[in-house]
Amino acid sequence: MFDLGLLFALYPHTNRGTMNASGPPAIEARGLSKAYGENTVLDGIDITVPSGSVYALLGPNGAGKTTTVKILSTLIGADRGEARIGGCDVFGDADLVRTKIGVTGQFAAVDRLLTGRENLHLMGRLHHLPRTETARRAQDLLERFDLVDAAKRVPETYSGGMRRRLDIAMSLMGDPEVIFLDEPTTGLDPRSRRTMWTIIRELVSEGVTIFLTTQYLEEADELADLIAVLDGGRIIAEGTSEELKRLVPGGHVSLRLSRADQVETAARVLRAGSVDADQLTLQVPGDASVDSLRGLIDTLDRNAIAVDELTVHTPDLDDVFLALTGRPETPKENAR
Amino acid sequence: MSTASYVLTDSMTMLRRQIKHMGRYASLTLMLIGMPVVFLLLFVYVFGGTLGDGLGGVTGGREAYLAYVVPGVLMMAVAASAQGTSIKVAMDMTEGIIDRFKTMSIARVSVLTGHVLASLIQIVLAIAVTLGVAVAIGYRPEANPAEWLGLLGVVVMIGFAITWLVVAAGVTAKSPETASNTPMPLLLLPFLGSAFVPTESMPGAMRWFAEYQPFTPWIEVGRGLLDGTGVDGLDLTLAVSWAVALAALGYTVARLKFNRAE
Ligand SMILES: Nc1ncnc2c1ncn2[C@@H]1O[C@H](COP(=O)(O)OP(=O)(O)O)[C@@H](O)[C@H]1O
Ligand SMILES: [Mg+2]
Repeated sequence: MFDLGLLFALYPHTNRGTMNASGPPAIEARGLSKAYGENTVLDGIDITVPSGSVYALLGPNGAGKTTTVKILSTLIGADRGEARIGGCDVFGDADLVRTKIGVTGQFAAVDRLLTGRENLHLMGRLHHLPRTETARRAQDLLERFDLVDAAKRVPETYSGGMRRRLDIAMSLMGDPEVIFLDEPTTGLDPRSRRTMWTIIRELVSEGVTIFLTTQYLEEADELADLIAVLDGGRIIAEGTSEELKRLVPGGHVSLRLSRADQVETAARVLRAGSVDADQLTLQVPGDASVDSLRGLIDTLDRNAIAVDELTVHTPDLDDVFLALTGRPETPKENAR
Repeated sequence: MSTASYVLTDSMTMLRRQIKHMGRYASLTLMLIGMPVVFLLLFVYVFGGTLGDGLGGVTGGREAYLAYVVPGVLMMAVAASAQGTSIKVAMDMTEGIIDRFKTMSIARVSVLTGHVLASLIQIVLAIAVTLGVAVAIGYRPEANPAEWLGLLGVVVMIGFAITWLVVAAGVTAKSPETASNTPMPLLLLPFLGSAFVPTESMPGAMRWFAEYQPFTPWIEVGRGLLDGTGVDGLDLTLAVSWAVALAALGYTVARLKFNRAE
């Protein structure tokens, strides 16, 4: 497990100064557009990521998150628009840009046939580091990412979380200024997800700029200074997580009653937001705090209202999408 | 471009990567080295008795055929190794790590040159093993030291050409399965040349094809060097021309496809 304080002391991080406001933005894109045949994936997106901050690109499957990462990390070209990393032109000076970035793509980019340590050494040699420096950085990263025991094994024997960690460690061998993480926690179990968040926070505290994509509002909320919502090839909202949440209608409690004749009373005493008399369901605005739930249940008791089912709903990506686009993110049942 | 100076360093790094892969794919490596040995034993012990008599020499029989067939089997060794390389390149292209390489400030071509260098090592190994087995069963080459050196040069030249060709096939292939089929003609061409029987024994059009396709001059140059009988000028010209042309074609296509693949 991680002992953050100790690892921090061990890992020699060059503090590049957090939130360097004077230099150029770490990432800057204007009017990026990309189409695959008839399919317009990006339709003119603008991105500005201040140096030393975390930027989250939030969007459902197929929104164009990976395409954006690929363009910004010099893997593919754009049809229109411009992009700069640390002031360097992504399209005109790709090779210089590549010296500044570390990329962890959506799918594991590790060599399946090499052991964990060999993978890291391969990166060190490709960054043209001196042999001792390669060995030292590899050892540091293995310790830091809890991979020492796995260092001699090939990634096939790793868990999903371990493979992800090796993947990120490989991106760090070159000591990048900007790190791209494409859905770093998709498919991970909750514990590995927490570990990944810790790793990302550590990187930020070292002054690295992080561009991450995610499908989870919670994740963007946890990590990002700025969140952009990508939909239909455009960024439909951008702001801090507080700003975005203000767009979202608060949480609510859904109730399904047992008796049809009580629906009207219940709606009145609970001041329900919406009522479906056929389904015997009603939704009561409110958060998930114990106090508000206790109040709700007290009211139900006092009026002797029989409840079959009670669900607490906290705002999530679905609500953000609903608020911004008027349609749910995924075509699952729309409660409203 | 700043990366140009790293072509050599990065190629060596990628070669190390490939050599590690060869060790971890030990069964494939052994199979590719073993295949020409099997061909050698098959042709010498199964067909050799009869085919040797047909050569029209003074002795005839299995012994004469052994002396005839070795250069052809060596060319099979080159082709078989190349097929393995094509599969390995195609498998590599499906790996996520290729995208990682492309986002790094390295000499991109080194991903391919790593494969080429590893393939050349594999080819030289396969040829050495095949020659060793041939000598063990009674083959007696007449080459002097200079001719041995010449043979090594010719093998590397041919291996280089064929390897770039199959690297192009591997990069172009949609899957490792396609990549294993594309180089099939390379395994067939020695049969349609002077590898196992002299081209003089073939009918008109076939003979014409056999004499000018790349494998016949390659085999004949190798035969001349191994037998110590000297190398025919036309054969040498054809051998070098084919090698240069195929290497250039393979290199161009491979780089183009590799840089374009998304
Ligand atoms: N190489 C490609 N060829 C054709 N279409 C593509 C290609 N890559 C992505 N797309 C399409 O672009 C859209 C966005 O994909 P992607 O950027 O991977 O989305 P996300 O990462 O947000 O899930 C999808 O509709 C996908 O089918
Ligand atoms: Mg994606």
